[in-house]
Amino acid sequence: MAKVFIIAEHRDGRLKKSTFELLGASSAAGNETHALLLGEGVAGLAAELGQYGAQKVHVAENAALKFYTAEAYTNVIAEILKGAGPDIVLASHTPTGRDFMPRLAARLNVGLASDCTQLTFEGTQIKARRPVYSGKATAEVEFLGAGPQLATVRANALGIPKPDASKTAEVLTVNAQVGSLKTKVTEVVKGSSGRPDVTEASIVVSGGRSLKNSENFKMIEDMADVLGAAVGASRAAVDAGYRPHRDQVGQTGKVVSPTLYIACGISGAIQHLAGMRTSKTIVAINQDGEAPIFQVADYGIVGDIFAIVPLLTEEFKKVKEH
Amino acid sequence: MNIFVCIKQVPDTETKIKLNADATGIDSAGIKWIMSPFDEFAVEEGLRLKEKNAGSTVTVLSAGPARVVDTLRTALAMGADNGIHIELPENADNNMSAKALAGALKKEPQVDIVFMGKEAIDDGAAQVSQLTSEYMGIPCVTVALAVEYSATSVKCKREIEGGAFEMIEASLPALIAAQKGLNEPRYASLPNIMKAKKKEVKMLKAADVGVSDADQKIRYKGLQLPPPKPAGKKISGDPAAQAKELVRLLHEEAKVI
Repeated sequence: MAKVFIIAEHRDGRLKKSTFELLGASSAAGNETHALLLGEGVAGLAAELGQYGAQKVHVAENAALKFYTAEAYTNVIAEILKGAGPDIVLASHTPTGRDFMPRLAARLNVGLASDCTQLTFEGTQIKARRPVYSGKATAEVEFLGAGPQLATVRANALGIPKPDASKTAEVLTVNAQVGSLKTKVTEVVKGSSGRPDVTEASIVVSGGRSLKNSENFKMIEDMADVLGAAVGASRAAVDAGYRPHRDQVGQTGKVVSPTLYIACGISGAIQHLAGMRTSKTIVAINQDGEAPIFQVADYGIVGDIFAIVPLLTEEFKKVKEH
Repeated sequence: MNIFVCIKQVPDTETKIKLNADATGIDSAGIKWIMSPFDEFAVEEGLRLKEKNAGSTVTVLSAGPARVVDTLRTALAMGADNGIHIELPENADNNMSAKALAGALKKEPQVDIVFMGKEAIDDGAAQVSQLTSEYMGIPCVTVALAVEYSATSVKCKREIEGGAFEMIEASLPALIAAQKGLNEPRYASLPNIMKAKKKEVKMLKAADVGVSDADQKIRYKGLQLPPPKPAGKKISGDPAAQAKELVRLLHEEAKVI
């Protein structure tokens, strides 16, 4: 049994599903599971962390934590961990987790396994695998030297547990000292789409250069909105200016592992496959039956995306309405 | 200004990966090595900043085996003034690399700003920027999409999730990790490629920058190639039948919707 500290992540007053994954995996393994909750006016989220498996929630509130910064998080988390004797510290490999966890690792002078897609607990240690070369291979991570062991885990890698309303966590209020900071977030500007992030979504609908222009991505967006999915794009589509770079899936874009990945008009260049091949179920729709995307697809349709995608969206609507 | 850019040499994105004999890394035979694509944005940003500030220099650093000097030459051909190569073993981890880069930077009389790519496309861990800045005791802005410079600080647009971004200010010296879109990197001209061959590349050993074996914090083992996927189902019929059948399979068989 390990003493596990999980950094809870939240935005706009809501906890992230990826945090629940970490809590669920740790508590299911019988670990002493702590959650760290940092922010301003966030104490109300502690109960939900308990329902997903946190036994203790350390709540650190401070006006300087209203907007996340790596510096403030590192200072506060390092202070909480000092003397707490953690064996393992976990966060999600989200834009936030991947930002502060290396800084925390340097502060603690320990190793960090980033972007793990498999993670299990063995005694007081973790056994983790992560993709290397953007998923062209995976590697087991061996920690050297003294602990704690730090890891960030890819969203959707562990699965979301069911909350148990009967479970409660002990809430510990921390007197958070953020220290003197050299960075300051002055503004957070929300995305206009309202869709989930491509790295966090459980369904991703992606389009390639065969879409021919940015206007035609409307049909990809329509399907994504029916499914509550994120919109992705191939490098070719991004380089052609059809989509912003933040949507790019692949080795020079985002690496994703949703439960369902729908590739529309994407041929499947090696660097694109690297970014999505760990998706649970892959659908490929492409005119060219020989396209490499079909080698990783569970379900393939050879045909014209302009004919099939709108029909598919209608079929998805029917299933969703049931 | 004294501008520094840290770069990494990685296998080209089209490389097919083969494992080495003990599965602790890849077989490097026949690999075409390139500058990690995100580092190109970092080099370009350093060069643009130099061009706006007369008398500035751009120094590029890379930590790794002897082959990484070729990539330093690529950055010198783009217009960097001089290079520093810190010799590290082939499988040095992120922590050792960051310690080495920070150690080399701390030897410099004045560091005003440091750039690097937001991640390297081989390891993809996105650790080295925050690690290096923590070891230097300076702030770090990762995933930078735009930077406004003033004499004592920078104001950055930083990408976060779901198409959102934040505006973040950092005091100088600071480290900025570039995202694609920060700028459009230039190509090296032939005369500049020739000139780059004559530019100075300083050599440092790990011990020169205070790095020891104990700085290696993780190691990879048991590398595996992804198992080949069994052939998927091809769905035939007219478009309407295909759409109906696919949705049925996703709903009833794969149970993902």
